Amino acid sequence: MIEVKDVYFTYPSNVEALKGVSLTIQGGDFVAIMGQNGAGKTTLVKHFNGLLKPTKGGVIVDGIDTREESIAKLSRKVGFVFQNPDNQLFCETVEDEVAFALRNFGFEKKAIRKRVEWAINLLGLTRYRQSSPFMLSGGERKRVALASVLAWDPDVVILDEPTIGQDYEQKEKLRQFIVQLNAQGKTVTIVTHDVEFVAECNPRVVLMAQGKIVAEGDGKHILTDRKLVAEASIVPPQISQIFMGLSDFGLPTDVIDVYEARDILLDFLEGGS
Amino acid sequence: MDGIICESRAVGETVAIIETSNLTYTYPGGKEPSLKDVSLTIEKGEFVILTGPSGCGKTTLCRCFNGLIPHFYSGKLEGDIKVAGHNVSEHSIYELAKNVGLVFQNPENQLFALSVEKDVAFGLENLGLPREDMKKRVDWALQMTGIQDLRERAPHELSGGQQQRVAIACVLAMQPEVMVLDEPTSFLDPLGAQKIFEVIDDLNEKLGITVILVEHRLDLASRYANHVIVMDEGKAVLDGKPLDVFTSERARLIGVGIPKATRLYQVLQERGVHLSGVPVNSREASLLLQEVLARDRG
Repeated sequence: MIEVKDVYFTYPSNVEALKGVSLTIQGGDFVAIMGQNGAGKTTLVKHFNGLLKPTKGGVIVDGIDTREESIAKLSRKVGFVFQNPDNQLFCETVEDEVAFALRNFGFEKKAIRKRVEWAINLLGLTRYRQSSPFMLSGGERKRVALASVLAWDPDVVILDEPTIGQDYEQKEKLRQFIVQLNAQGKTVTIVTHDVEFVAECNPRVVLMAQGKIVAEGDGKHILTDRKLVAEASIVPPQISQIFMGLSDFGLPTDVIDVYEARDILLDFLEGGS
Repeated sequence: MDGIICESRAVGETVAIIETSNLTYTYPGGKEPSLKDVSLTIEKGEFVILTGPSGCGKTTLCRCFNGLIPHFYSGKLEGDIKVAGHNVSEHSIYELAKNVGLVFQNPENQLFALSVEKDVAFGLENLGLPREDMKKRVDWALQMTGIQDLRERAPHELSGGQQQRVAIACVLAMQPEVMVLDEPTSFLDPLGAQKIFEVIDDLNEKLGITVILVEHRLDLASRYANHVIVMDEGKAVLDGKPLDVFTSERARLIGVGIPKATRLYQVLQERGVHLSGVPVNSREASLLLQEVLARDRG
């Protein structure tokens, strides 16, 4: 469980990025943190594994105050995949990159081989095992970064903008994979602007603006609230926009899923005829 | 209905600004070509979306447009590519930069000056613009991208989204004939991305700048385009009007993320509800659905 208690955070440049944030993420939760650029999303999640420590307030991970534990120990529990994979990758081959943290954590050779194999397969990187991460495309590098964190099997997985540079098929795989991780009891937190991705995954949504949490709840409710989404500088999912254009027919406006949309329209048409 | 669905733009003349024929390219040390026999034509004034699975060669193709390939990356380039009348192999990156501006996928790779203002002015200094004009262009580019207040900040201290705006401003300021933008808004929030797309669309319409936009998020971008190219495994496999491309079976098989509006049209069609046209954005979908619902109610 991660408890964020009235956290304030000021960067050395004097920019106050968090202004009193409180949030509880239970074990097994699936949360999407959304909001405009500079709202403090990345700053907030960097507190979860101790990369940043609060200026005021506290962050408690499984009963441990992040100020009293090393980042190395916290990382074993809370895996963090950065927004920009280039900030994370440095090895000569994809295989080495994925094995790096496992070696650091002291896993046995055999276990390392197995886990590397598993993570590389999972993210569709088998053909690049021996390639340099820097020869890969932006989207592929992002997947290498993801594989290298998933390999050590942390309880909590934080993904900062996981869908950047991913094509539709990879996004769909990522979605299935996140849902599966979550079903296995992992806590998953994603930071994202991708409203369509959130509409498909259906996590709990935490909306941030200017260093504060401004709303929390179901994607279905938050993402279709015009006032809220405008405040957080996101746009409603396309399906919801379509239904806003159909309000004259008395149809609901809080629809974000394409199949739910189809069923509502079919019901209306069958009811009418 | 045609007027709504096929938003054709008035293109005064059809002059090819980019032409490739059988373009094949292999990176130094690469086992197989990253581009395979790519032949395509982009007309002056078009707004092109270039899309396809990650690793399919989109970024590589963009690097050919401004001469980074073959001049910077070396490797092996076969076939022909002409940009704004110049044969890319025979003209330096410096010469091509006057015609083609490229916004990189990763803004950190593009920014280097100590202030945003200096970064945006850098390309203009190289063009040898008079100081007054330079100042005007910088002000304009900063205003268009909404970053006037970042003028004195160091680019490396900014957030990913802010850096992307700076990178776009740098290329905007140059007002090149062709703007190539490689996922230019990936770090931006959707509203920020939409604003940037609108600025680009405006430049396309008013100044006739040819736009080539690499993008996966077709929900956001498709409404601006009048030409879509889909790549897969180094080849240009689909090339045409947005509607034709998005509704083709091949696009679905490759896994191009067709807009949700088009997807809704498809799942309704499967269940026997036919709209009178194929929508590619939410406004079109609403209008087409209104027709069907009103008919039913009436």
